[in-house]
Amino acid sequence: MKRIGKIFILPKKEVLDPQGKAVTSALHSLGFAEVVDVRVGRFIELALNDGSDERVREMCEKLLANTVVEDYTLEIVFEG
Amino acid sequence: MKFGVVVFAGSNCDRDCFHVVSNILNQDCVYVWHKEKTLPPLDCVILPGGFSYGDYLRAGAIARFSPVMNAVREFSDRGGLVLGICNGFQILLEAGILEGAMRLNACGSFVCRHVNLRCENYGTTFTRGVPSGKILNIPIAHAEGNYYAPPEVMSSIERNGQVVLRYCDVAGNVDALSNPNGAAGNIAGIVNKQGNVFGLMPHPERASEAVLGSDDGLHIFRSILKQL
Repeated sequence: MKRIGKIFILPKKEVLDPQGKAVTSALHSLGFAEVVDVRVGRFIELALNDGSDERVREMCEKLLANTVVEDYTLEIVFEG
Repeated sequence: MKFGVVVFAGSNCDRDCFHVVSNILNQDCVYVWHKEKTLPPLDCVILPGGFSYGDYLRAGAIARFSPVMNAVREFSDRGGLVLGICNGFQILLEAGILEGAMRLNACGSFVCRHVNLRCENYGTTFTRGVPSGKILNIPIAHAEGNYYAPPEVMSSIERNGQVVLRYCDVAGNVDALSNPNGAAGNIAGIVNKQGNVFGLMPHPERASEAVLGSDDGLHIFRSILKQL
């Protein structure tokens, strides 16, 4: 069974997100007035042949996210 | 004095730094490839500007794991002088050698132009030669220069005099209009607590000869020489 690590990275709430701001105003100008806020982040998919949540968390802390300005969540799913 | 300029895959200001150190300052200078595990005997290491590893993931995020960075960390722990310019500053932040992090510029785009800088601490090894009150005219060229630090870090670096350069207007006023990238506190450059590691987004090596429109960057390079 293949393991897929899915990592979602977003700028922290208290950190200004210039991309999110630009996308918000673009959506507003397209008439999507219901949009209150947008945050733009990064989605990373890891193909794993082994590994626990702990190992993937370590990858996030060491490299994949910068925890000074970003939050991350992760999930590991099994495929095949 | 002997300088080393680290060359990462994607550095593009390494030659400019080498040129200024060897031809303008008349100091010894060597290149250090980022795969090196040790540094030759040096007084000052320069981490130059550029786009190491294509800025993939985050600027500096991958370069900080280059083998040479362990040697740079040991060198700085022993009190060796480290100057990180632009991408070099980003690498020092990612490595945790300097505190804080860079976000995308608040304006959402790459910014490349001359800025005015006010020196906030004339006591550092990197600024002791800057004339008091002098507003430095030095260019920036980056997309991720929007400095951020959590509130407790902001207050400690401000309290300790670690904020060395701020973006300002031509008269030295620090305000939102003179902030090119949204950096917290208009911060353009900081030192570590010990004062031997300096990171800055502006490029002093691009402003070290009058023919380039400004030689204000020399105040920073000459400060380093004055110390040793």
